Amino acid sequence: MRIVLLGATRGIGRAIARELAARGDALFLLGREEAELARSARDLALRGARSADFARCDLLEPAGFEDALASAEKSLDGLDGVIVSAAVQPGQAELERDPELLERMLLLDFVHTVRFCEAARRRLLARGGGTLCVLSSVAGDRARAPVALYGAAKAGLSHYLEGLDHGYRRQGLRTICVKPGFVRTGLTDGLPEPPFAADPEAVARRVVRALERGRPVVYVPPVWRLVMAMVRALPRAVLRRASF
Amino acid sequence: MQRGVRVEVSGWGRAPVREAIEVLDEDLRRAVCGASLTRGLGRSYGDASLPARPGARVAASRRADRLLAFDPASGVLRAEAGLSLARLSEWLWPRGFAVPVVPGTGHVTLGGMVAADVHGKNHHRAGSFGAHVRSLRLALADGRELEASATQEPELFHATQGGMGLTGHVLEVELSLARIPTPWIWQETEPLRGLDHLLERLPAASAEWPFTVSFVDALAGGSALGRGALVKGRWAEPDEAPARPPRPGPEPALPFDFPDWALNRGSARLVNALQRTMHRLKARSLVSPRAHFHPLDVLRDWNRGYGKRGFTQYQAVVPREAGPKAVRRLFEALVASGEPAFLCVVKDFGAEGGGTLSFPRPGTTVSIDLPLRGARTQALVDALNRVVIEAGGRIYLAKDALTRREHFEAMEGERLAAFDAVRRRFDPQRSLSSALSVRLFGDPA
Repeated sequence: MRIVLLGATRGIGRAIARELAARGDALFLLGREEAELARSARDLALRGARSADFARCDLLEPAGFEDALASAEKSLDGLDGVIVSAAVQPGQAELERDPELLERMLLLDFVHTVRFCEAARRRLLARGGGTLCVLSSVAGDRARAPVALYGAAKAGLSHYLEGLDHGYRRQGLRTICVKPGFVRTGLTDGLPEPPFAADPEAVARRVVRALERGRPVVYVPPVWRLVMAMVRALPRAVLRRASF
Repeated sequence: MQRGVRVEVSGWGRAPVREAIEVLDEDLRRAVCGASLTRGLGRSYGDASLPARPGARVAASRRADRLLAFDPASGVLRAEAGLSLARLSEWLWPRGFAVPVVPGTGHVTLGGMVAADVHGKNHHRAGSFGAHVRSLRLALADGRELEASATQEPELFHATQGGMGLTGHVLEVELSLARIPTPWIWQETEPLRGLDHLLERLPAASAEWPFTVSFVDALAGGSALGRGALVKGRWAEPDEAPARPPRPGPEPALPFDFPDWALNRGSARLVNALQRTMHRLKARSLVSPRAHFHPLDVLRDWNRGYGKRGFTQYQAVVPREAGPKAVRRLFEALVASGEPAFLCVVKDFGAEGGGTLSFPRPGTTVSIDLPLRGARTQALVDALNRVVIEAGGRIYLAKDALTRREHFEAMEGERLAAFDAVRRRFDPQRSLSSALSVRLFGDPA
């Protein structure tokens, strides 16, 4: 497959890219720092990627999305999938304290991610379809006080991705919304580790399996599907008093 | 400066414990900015990976794990310093290559292997890890970045091998790999009746086999002193091994800390007896390289078996000139102390390498795993160190937690001066430091 990844130099994105490289896929990396992109591209080429090239693309600069995707499509000589794993995850207290940080988080995790996905959607549909895989979060499944703002952005993102799936699956666009629980990456360093914490490699293996099967929603680890089904069913009065 | 996380860190021995601000980043250059030390996977046993002062910044390299270059024609590989040996080996073995020198665990980083200048079962042939390192990319204390090799900044290059991370932050490692005929090991085991038998058989086996090591029942005294098993190995030839590479087996974790009362001579005797039985059971066999090189890696977090108080591994080398008598004196001191030694390994070393403070030198190395039991353990380490000083030997800093500074200086006088000279040149403020460098090198706390 020919796949574009936004956010593959770090964390879950890096682990997904390595899984894809081991399959021999052709990869194109988008991200902020060229030196880091170049190093990751070398790593992925050595790990088996058929090709691994890169271009600069900053989620804070939506004006560059079209060009970045165009250069990716040209370099890959086509496009079968787009994977978006770039995100930030500041703590609730920080977000409440700092409106600029809050705006930045909303732009990165929701507004511009959706804009990037729209650009990717148009491109994939123009080619007759493909796969759009985006990292959302279990935090978007039900509002909880400790992650209310981040969760709101992820809820919006999950909602958008479900809409894409309803609207365009028949035209060949397969949308995959990945909902990880706590994953040990740079986004969660220093946070107390809750139950079901996962390593990025485990998330990556499931994401790649979902790519192969075209599942629209993936919980990782899978136990979260059950957990979130129960949390969603809790009455508001109960959830208000719960501390998690 | 990159934000860090407040954590309690300890070495593999679980003690001492110290608070640190750990800076974790995929971009190691960014992580080491303002850090007093780089820490890999924390597999040094004592205080080598702990900060000099509680709450000091420590860069964590374990997410800097990218392959950067590999040339199958020359067998030269370059990678980021946080790449773990286990991950690298998984990638190399099916491709017909192996890291030429590997220590007893795969859960070490390339940077850590450089800093401790690790050795393995093939030291008598291949020397230590540093002999295969071609070049290092370092971030110095003043923020400068440079490449060091045998021809470019050679003093820094050699001081960094075995320099315990005190000369600069290792960012990238370039090394020459070994070619292997198959990703399998042919292993043979023979029983050892006692110390004389061991000291006769070990060098004899090393003359024929690339990998040798012996496991000794450190509780047996008298005529049984030094009884154990000699393990020999070599890479299997294609006609001896299956075509498929070995499957990575399960790696269950030890899920709880053993209570302190479980660590006594009785349980140590049981563990030693189990080891002897296991060695007898697989006298000749085809095994995975992991089973041969890293047998203890099958149980993750096995250090929890030593309970909350933790353990130390005492490892020293006795020079060949000092003869078998010095090795015998080490064992006699151990047996006389009555301390429960759970694991004891003896290995012959080959020629000395280029590392300014590297541990290996021609002779016999002995390592002993001991639960930490306060003053009793300290007294035993002191006694062992006195034997080592008298024999002209030295200790392995990657394992040490209890050696006194005066003992260390008695072992390392001249070499220490050479090492200090390099530090003075590249880090006059001693802004790179560790709990170990405070304890043994006289760095300010």
